[in-house]
Amino acid sequence: MTQKQKKMLFRIIISFILLAALMAEEHAGILPENVWVRMALFLVPYLIIGYDIIMKAAKNIRNGQVFDENFLMMIATFGAFGAQEFSEAAAVMLFYQVGELFQSYAVGKSRQSIADMMDICPEYANIEVDGVLTKVEPDDVETGSIIVVKAGEKVPLDGIVIEGDSLLDTAALTGESVPRHVGVNDEVYSGCVNGSGTLKIRTTKEYDDSTVAKILELVENASSKKAKVENFITKFAKYYTPIVTISAVLLAIVPPLVLGGGWIGWMHRACTFLVISCPCALVISVPLGFFGGIGAASKLGVLVKGGNYLEAVSEMTTIVFDKTGTLTKGEFKVSKLIPAQGVSKEHLIETAALAEGYSNHPIAASIRAAYQKDIDMDRVEGARETAGHGVLADVDGRQIMVGNEKLMNDNNIAISCCNDTGTVCYAAEDGEYLGAILITDTIKDGVKDAISAMKKVGVKKCVMLTGDRQETAKAVADELGIDEVHAELLPSDKVSILEKLLEAQHGREKLAFAGDGINDAPVLTRADIGFAMGSMGSDAAIEAADIVLMDDDVGKIAKVVNISRKTLKIVKQNIVFALAVKAIVLVLGALGIASMWAAVFADVGVAVLAILNSMRTLRFGRK
Amino acid sequence: MKKKFKLEDLDCANCAAKMEEAIKKIDGVNDAVVSFLAQKMTIDADDARFDDIMKEVQATIAKVEPDCKLIM
Repeated sequence: MTQKQKKMLFRIIISFILLAALMAEEHAGILPENVWVRMALFLVPYLIIGYDIIMKAAKNIRNGQVFDENFLMMIATFGAFGAQEFSEAAAVMLFYQVGELFQSYAVGKSRQSIADMMDICPEYANIEVDGVLTKVEPDDVETGSIIVVKAGEKVPLDGIVIEGDSLLDTAALTGESVPRHVGVNDEVYSGCVNGSGTLKIRTTKEYDDSTVAKILELVENASSKKAKVENFITKFAKYYTPIVTISAVLLAIVPPLVLGGGWIGWMHRACTFLVISCPCALVISVPLGFFGGIGAASKLGVLVKGGNYLEAVSEMTTIVFDKTGTLTKGEFKVSKLIPAQGVSKEHLIETAALAEGYSNHPIAASIRAAYQKDIDMDRVEGARETAGHGVLADVDGRQIMVGNEKLMNDNNIAISCCNDTGTVCYAAEDGEYLGAILITDTIKDGVKDAISAMKKVGVKKCVMLTGDRQETAKAVADELGIDEVHAELLPSDKVSILEKLLEAQHGREKLAFAGDGINDAPVLTRADIGFAMGSMGSDAAIEAADIVLMDDDVGKIAKVVNISRKTLKIVKQNIVFALAVKAIVLVLGALGIASMWAAVFADVGVAVLAILNSMRTLRFGRK
Repeated sequence: MKKKFKLEDLDCANCAAKMEEAIKKIDGVNDAVVSFLAQKMTIDADDARFDDIMKEVQATIAKVEPDCKLIM
């Protein structure tokens, strides 16, 4: 409890004792008959508990804030005094404050849980200057500095290990507590905890660009992208208080005029209205629910960039995957060389490796890796890449083409095909066919289970997009249980296929796209929900995506759907519960059945219960 | 320019919403977000008049929730 809360508790106890004593005396009939004396007596506990409310109300009136809950509470209790319901006036104020205290305690607790969840922020970095270690703010470390991370410390900035090896706990980033081994030349991400040995790291990014800073920023900003439910609540809150207040005024004036008399009774009923006029229960609990859901997802290593995306995931019925890097590891390996007649394997791979020398495509990298020798780029001139086709380059003055079937067909080069599954890359020299290079990629572990898990949580259709050959794509799809395959696509085809799939969606059904971001940032943006692979994916993809899977594990998608469903369930429970209780008490209050006590419950009581319910979302991640 | 500020003693969620609404209406403010849970305000306002705008923002906050303090 904070100092403020403790003070409040003390006031509540004093006021409660005084009020209880007065009410007991009233019951026993030993209080003085005089109304003014009785009122003065009840004013003591009333003012002890409510003086700050009255002060705030006065300040707010000066500032022109009429629909302020303090002001309305003041009017309501003054009204009760006017109706000579002294004990009720004091008691309502007391219980209102008890409720507020609970509420502020619950809010404090949730803020604390959120802060703990975000506790991946490194406090300092050890920087080595002339052999002496000094602690500095991560913010002050320049790119390229050498920092030292001891066992048990957080890695403060992204960088590359230059000395030592250790096991890193990446749980804060990926939700996976399996330690990752790192040694010299390995890349390390900020936010990880160094498990055993001391590491010397050369930083590659400034703090603001480091993984940990980006994650914190994403999660913090997530609350600004509001879900539809949240927007509804914001709008509702804007109109709710004025409407209830005006109804209260009408209730106090119209019936007595029409029915003639009974002013005090009607005023009493109107005061009940005023007590329920704050939409606090909803205004706090709904965003808290979403915050908790997003926090729980981030514990799993999934960054959700906004409440709206968390909401959308619950309605996801179709998911489109990019094959490479998402369903498969994206680690290409040359598995077979099939040279044309009269061409040596060595010549085929050497030529291809040289032509692909400048390309950063994963296939190019695999060809260069298979060549195993140093590539002398002086021998290559005028290399140009056509996306989705391949590479053209002059090697030793000869015109070389390396690419897929389309490229060969376009240039009228006869190829001899093979039937193995995998990606086939063809090479030609001065228009003569050189041979084929078979490259295979392996399916990621657990993808099959991930897809069946997604189907279990309500995804109806899984689609795979790939630039690969039909046969290869089909083989992968069959193995994984994918429903629809679009193969042999150019990067630009992906958007148009996605558009078609989007059109086929009905009503509120949502379509998601999951990709590693190589060439697919536009598709990520276009889909209702874009999932990007965080560790493999490019910065552009993470930027374009709505949800980032930090450890590239598509198995997390089904888990996010579950979190999203649970979050929305809690949020909806709160909305229905709060609105129902308020509506019932308003109606009963107007009829003169519900007392002000019921109204206090409908206000702060409901708020506390709704907050407690929302706090359950914070616990989703802990399993 | 986009900047983040901490808000102390932000105790009422409805006030946070009202505050956000009122700050957005200040001349020169492009966007503002008040997060009740994070007790933070993110504001995007004109560079040239930023300091003046922040004074107005402070006055607005004091109007809506007198207890709440903006940590500059």
